[in-house]
Amino acid sequence: MKFRILAVITFLLLSYALYQGMWAAPREATMGEIQRIFYYHVPSAWTSFLCFFANFIASVVYLARRNLKADAFAVSTAEVGVVFCTVVLVTGPLWARPVWGIWWTWDARLTTTLVLWLIYVSYLILRRYSTGQATPTLAAALAIFGFIDVPIVYMSIRWWRTQHPQPVIAGGQGSGLDPRMWQAVLWNWAAFMAFAALLIWVRYRLERARQELDEAHALRAVGQAEGSFTR
Amino acid sequence: MSSLAAVTASNLRKDLRLEWRSKDAVNAMLFFALLVVVIFSFAFDPTAEESRQIAGGLVWVAFLFAAIVALNQAWMRELRNQVLDAYRVSPAPANALFLGKALGNFLFICAVEALLMPLFVVFYNLRSVGPAWQLVPVFLLGTWALVVVGTFFAAISLHTRSREVMLPLILFPISIPALLGMVEATTMVLTGIETPAFWISLLVVYDVVFTTVCLLLFETVLHAE
Amino acid sequence: MYAIFGDNGAGKSTLLRVICGLARPTAGTIHIFGSRERSDFTARLGYMGHAPLLYDEMTGMENLRYFAGLYGIGDNARCQQAIVAVGLDPALTRHVGEYSQGMRQRLSLARAAIHDPEILLLDEPFSNLDPGSARAMGRLVAEMRDRSKTILVVTHQAAHLADIADESLWMAAGRIAAWERGITAADRAAASAVLS
Repeated sequence: MKFRILAVITFLLLSYALYQGMWAAPREATMGEIQRIFYYHVPSAWTSFLCFFANFIASVVYLARRNLKADAFAVSTAEVGVVFCTVVLVTGPLWARPVWGIWWTWDARLTTTLVLWLIYVSYLILRRYSTGQATPTLAAALAIFGFIDVPIVYMSIRWWRTQHPQPVIAGGQGSGLDPRMWQAVLWNWAAFMAFAALLIWVRYRLERARQELDEAHALRAVGQAEGSFTR
Repeated sequence: MSSLAAVTASNLRKDLRLEWRSKDAVNAMLFFALLVVVIFSFAFDPTAEESRQIAGGLVWVAFLFAAIVALNQAWMRELRNQVLDAYRVSPAPANALFLGKALGNFLFICAVEALLMPLFVVFYNLRSVGPAWQLVPVFLLGTWALVVVGTFFAAISLHTRSREVMLPLILFPISIPALLGMVEATTMVLTGIETPAFWISLLVVYDVVFTTVCLLLFETVLHAE
Repeated sequence: MYAIFGDNGAGKSTLLRVICGLARPTAGTIHIFGSRERSDFTARLGYMGHAPLLYDEMTGMENLRYFAGLYGIGDNARCQQAIVAVGLDPALTRHVGEYSQGMRQRLSLARAAIHDPEILLLDEPFSNLDPGSARAMGRLVAEMRDRSKTILVVTHQAAHLADIADESLWMAAGRIAAWERGITAADRAAASAVLS
């Protein structure tokens, strides 16, 4: 029931945010309609960062308490985070091509986001390839490394890029934003957060079901073998 | 504390002895890095001036790939005959195993670097414009950065299918800032345009932070079942 | 001294691995010497695994020196004694990789007992041994028992433990199915039936 309520709220928020982004917010003077991709790009970025943060917390909790629920939460947030991070990396170049004239530039924020994406994809690959009951522990350890790495990545890449001439000036669109544009950004963010929460919920329930199934299988195997042992 | 130092030393001694007898890791690393040197030279065909610009990248990519070979070997030795189990049932501190292994890998990779650097200099006609002694701290810090996280992740990949493939997949993304630091610092020394101070301090930060994290988490990973 | 029997996959080896902390129990806890903290009892447990748990590229003495170090024993003479006690020559320069199966098993036992533990866990000490070596191994285990150690032996070959086991446990499907004193003729027959 709670799940349905969240689903309905998400749907309403997404619709209203679409209206906000596409019609209510004014047309940007120099960039034109293409600027509206910004309402999807930025909220996705914020959402994915929050997902990765939640993944870090869940991983620490897992290592401290050995609670499988924390592990299920960690998988869900990492997967959803990677999805939103992918949206960021796809919408970025789509916007950059007409506005900057190039698809990609190795500037600090882009590169950090790309590295972030790489780190969490490697986390998902580790989960996929690792065997046995050690998976949650190993994945949690990697998640902690990954999260601690992010500020170091950001520092290093910022320095790397300020040392060289910037190929493109990233016009600070964050600075002089029209209040109605802000409104559109925030509505979209709320909608995306609700959507992410919904996805995480579904994924979490799936992962819990898988864990319980595994446990039941193990117990049943013991039970069956016991039944056969009547000498 | 004294037992940590003593057991670390005995682990290191054991790893050096085993490597000395089999020479598996060092031989494979040397030949591998040599191949990379030769192949890069075909691929880029640089002049002396160009090679000074790209040498930092070439050297470190070669050593990075070579290090993967050594890191994979290091734990394989403990899996044969399931010797690792004997360590796990003993009261010896887990971090002593980690430190011994990391120091061993560090020495092997440093040895390979020392042997191959002259070759790089010859093949690419390198001559450093900046003060060449600065390369020493860059190489020591950079190698430790690769080795400490690499040794830890190699222990993680022990529990995975196709573990030799797994190590680079999880190690490279995390190592990106360290790699950037090594490459930039080396290039700066070679071209002599700027001082590598920032990159050296970045490597110091990276080394300190991740050595700490490794020591905090290794026991958990060693006993993960 | 306890002998533990059971079909393949009954959980005999797992029982030993759980006791010495190599595996986590699915449910329940293990109390040893009144404690469930691993660090309280690891030094008082000795474990001989199914695999040799020795480095192939080192000599017997080098192996023992290393493993003794893990228990904080830096004493050369003690390692030599341990090697002599299992009937090997401490001066042997051959690497363990070139040992025969019988020698390797004996060295493996010496490794498990190097720190004079109160509880010894032996996983298949008689596997792949010729009858002579197996008898020698049986004598070694009996000697340890006589030095008032608690020994748990997992094996298929009940015959080797005929005179020395005090109690025998039958395991099936991860549980202890039967518990008897001594080894009965029926046990011996059943154990060899499992083998064949």
